[in-house]
Amino acid sequence: MDEKIIKNGIRYDGRRFDQLRPIEAKVGVLKNANGSAFFRLGNTFVIAGVYGPKKVHPKHDEQAEKAILRTYYKMAPFSTSERSRPGTNRRSTEISKVTREAILPVIDVEEFPKTAIDVYIEVLQADASTRVAGINAASLALADAGVPMMDLIASCSAGKVEDTVVLDVAGKEDTEGELDLPVAYCHRTKQITLLQMDGITNSKEMKEIIKLAIKGCGVVYEEQKKALRKKYQHEEPQGEESQGEVDMND
Amino acid sequence: MIEIDTSLIQNMAESGKRIDSRQFSQYRNITIETNAVTSAEGSSRVRIGNTEVLAGIKMEPGTPFSDTPDAGVLMVGAELVPLASPEFEPGPPGEEAVEISRVVDRAIRESKCVDFKKLCIKEGEKVWMVFVDIDVLNDDGNLFDACGIAAISALLSSTIPELDSGGKIISGKKGSEKIPIKGIPLSTTIVKINGKLMVDPNSAETRAMDARLTVGTADKDGKTVLCSMQKGGESGITEEDVDAALELAIEKSNEVRELIKENV
Repeated sequence: MDEKIIKNGIRYDGRRFDQLRPIEAKVGVLKNANGSAFFRLGNTFVIAGVYGPKKVHPKHDEQAEKAILRTYYKMAPFSTSERSRPGTNRRSTEISKVTREAILPVIDVEEFPKTAIDVYIEVLQADASTRVAGINAASLALADAGVPMMDLIASCSAGKVEDTVVLDVAGKEDTEGELDLPVAYCHRTKQITLLQMDGITNSKEMKEIIKLAIKGCGVVYEEQKKALRKKYQHEEPQGEESQGEVDMND
Repeated sequence: MIEIDTSLIQNMAESGKRIDSRQFSQYRNITIETNAVTSAEGSSRVRIGNTEVLAGIKMEPGTPFSDTPDAGVLMVGAELVPLASPEFEPGPPGEEAVEISRVVDRAIRESKCVDFKKLCIKEGEKVWMVFVDIDVLNDDGNLFDACGIAAISALLSSTIPELDSGGKIISGKKGSEKIPIKGIPLSTTIVKINGKLMVDPNSAETRAMDARLTVGTADKDGKTVLCSMQKGGESGITEEDVDAALELAIEKSNEVRELIKENV
């Protein structure tokens, strides 16, 4: 066997078992999209763009009483060590579906009947946990687009590597690890909106891994809020704070 | 087909009842019939209530993946044939079919029940490609479980074709060797309707569900292990729901596993 991934409790990239990779989150990164976001998790880079609410094409997909949410996850051909074939495949189709189901619970679709909200997620550089980074970017892009949401969806993976439970599975840990479990979480309702797992475990250990992933979602959630605040702090007109207060008291 | 109002099902769930008077933890009647198609290496026709699926295994020598030069290849594909439901349409597999295929595939693959190393013909050059194709013939819900049962039953009943000296399959001759499989991996689906968890949803219950959790399990050394999981549906679930669903899935999977042992 090759070198160990975890030595003396420290993972190959220097992290402790319950530590996420460095996060960078930024909203409003694209000019044309109604909302957009960039989300970095270590060496995993993802960008998301939102178009809509807009007219539905094809028309027969239109729903009289609500908006439809459509999500498209794809990987850039140059995002992986071996070039990945452009376009969709079975994996991206499945991820697009679970991403939609992860985000839908917080979107107020009834606000915009007969419209479509399209979310495009592009993985620019992949170093594992791309679907959770995609969900984090998508959630931020939707908020940036001004789509009414009950909460932000935060997503993080946990897993098992060399029999150790770890947070935010990265690169080598994904390809050589024993288990991977991505979670998306709505903090306001304490509901899990994405849950997938592969690898052998038992109920007790699974519960522990889910708990750790939810803890990771908490860290992501704070970074997401920071990213949104940063944009709006920036846009706030300077020196008019006191006036704002007067308005509120009226 | 009669469309049953989803609110009726939701209200019934609240008072502990189901539309077909089953218990929350009760499957419909399951039948498993193997070797339903002789043109395949192995096959299985599975019925869960009015849901009917047919899985067939075809094998052929092929080139291994570069990262696993000494391992056979498994490919699972489910097709929602338009004759199975007024909601299915002709054309390439849509996201529902793709999800079923991948979830069934993951339970089998991650359980490590199939010894892929033994499906190597010549390292780096030739390995067995095992194609599990599942036709959904009649959809009355719970396609994940039906396809999972059909896939593993068909794999267990398959024989590996024999090759001639040139490495070609000898057609018309049934092989004598079985696919090396230890244990029975299964997918067990639990749905949440109006706060209640139940197994084996029929079509009407599937339309009425808030969320779904499909749990992959396998039997290893007398123990039931978890090997995969997939949440679906447009609502979230709580950690407590997951815990309860896991326990229920383990219990029910063991019942289905016994049924497969009796019939395959």
